[in-house]
Amino acid sequence: MGPKGPLAHAGGVVMTLFFDAFAWILANLGPAGEGELWTRIGEHVLYSLVSVAIAAAIAIPAGYLIGHTGRGREIAVAISGAARALPSFGLILFFVLLLGTFGVGLGVRVAAGSYIAFVILAIPSILAGAYAGLEAIDRSTISAARAIGMTEWQILRKVEVPLGLPLLIGGLRSATLQVVATATLAAYVNLGGLGFDIIQGLPLRRYDQMLGAALLVVALAFALDALFGLAAQITERVIPDGRSAPRPRQHRAGPKWSRASSAGTPAHN
Amino acid sequence: MNWIVNNLGLIGELTLEHLRLSVVPIVLGFVIAIPLGWVAWRYRVTRGLVLTVAGLLYTIPSLALFVVLPPLLGIPFLSELNVTIALTLYAIALMARAAADAFGSVDPGVRQSATAVGYSAWRRFWEVEFPLAGPVLLAGLRVVAVGTIALVTVGILIGVESLGYLFTNGLQRRIVEEVFAGVLATAALALVVDGALQLVGRAVMPWARRAPSRTRAVSS
Repeated sequence: MGPKGPLAHAGGVVMTLFFDAFAWILANLGPAGEGELWTRIGEHVLYSLVSVAIAAAIAIPAGYLIGHTGRGREIAVAISGAARALPSFGLILFFVLLLGTFGVGLGVRVAAGSYIAFVILAIPSILAGAYAGLEAIDRSTISAARAIGMTEWQILRKVEVPLGLPLLIGGLRSATLQVVATATLAAYVNLGGLGFDIIQGLPLRRYDQMLGAALLVVALAFALDALFGLAAQITERVIPDGRSAPRPRQHRAGPKWSRASSAGTPAHN
Repeated sequence: MNWIVNNLGLIGELTLEHLRLSVVPIVLGFVIAIPLGWVAWRYRVTRGLVLTVAGLLYTIPSLALFVVLPPLLGIPFLSELNVTIALTLYAIALMARAAADAFGSVDPGVRQSATAVGYSAWRRFWEVEFPLAGPVLLAGLRVVAVGTIALVTVGILIGVESLGYLFTNGLQRRIVEEVFAGVLATAALALVVDGALQLVGRAVMPWARRAPSRTRAVSS
């Protein structure tokens, strides 16, 4: 040890742990990219995207219906409120157990059970993003669209959907991160994904493996978060051009402010 | 349902343990996030910093955070401390943003009036800004409380017992009712704490209920 203090020593241990974790990642990605870790990353991304796509197919139409008609809002608020209280880990185990853990087609049933849980957890954020996006639009804009003779369908398609897009993207973002986090826990029922290496490493006391996989999960979450951030930025730039008539500047400040302040989407992890 | 009736004692014990594990992160998160939120609201530089770090922190999946924290902080991996610190960090991340919004919701006219009648910055914070930010702070705290209670269950994966015990034990013994009871009890605990916070809020902030009618009277 010599002149090194206890803190410097602790720092060294931390460095070693992270170094080992990175070494584990590199070794398992394989020199030519043929390592098993790619499968885990692929599984994790697949579960997340498929679940969010299914949830979006259900929640976006429902959210638009609520946002356009203004009916059923209380129900949507109650649903997203109650969903926040659901423990995601328990939900997976519940559905997997409900579909049965014995017999033929076990893998399919485990996947189905997990997907049901993922979709249930992803729906509230997307639903909230869809109807809040429509609600945040200035009422006079909608009235103007109606006054110039647009049908309800045209109002939805040409006015409400484009203007509500930023909040919808925010909802999709929360939903995706929620599923990425939950998919990590699904490794407990042998679904695979990056959580596999964390949960399998635990009884084996392979901390390099656990830390390596955990860092990859964090990296995946950050990367998806950044992608949605990019999508949000592009939308903000494209939407004003999509409007048929240029709007006065003070109007633009309205939606922008509401976008920033209504980021209160359901909790995830 | 038989399993639930026969194990009410166990469910009760785990619920209390669950509540105990949730309280520290919720309270600590709230206390730490108030100054952070205020600083984020007050200065543009710190606003970007606090909100960005909070956003990134909240993006990290819980199981990954449980694994990454111990080497960074030098704490044991399979420990209650690990769960408590991780959940406190999530609570701070969520609450800091809510607190920044809450202080932003205070009418600047009221703030200026307080300064004009001679309030010091310290007194103005405690007697004007904090109470007026109260309703939005409470809304943030309720979200934090519900989210924390749901997340405590993940702790069972690193050996910290809560209602999450019913999940892993139920899966191992293949008792659907046991897992269902765990989900139900966790959600119920979250909703009860949420309701309790709402009641406390009404008791300590009677002005929050009167506020809407007063503004309506002024505007009409």
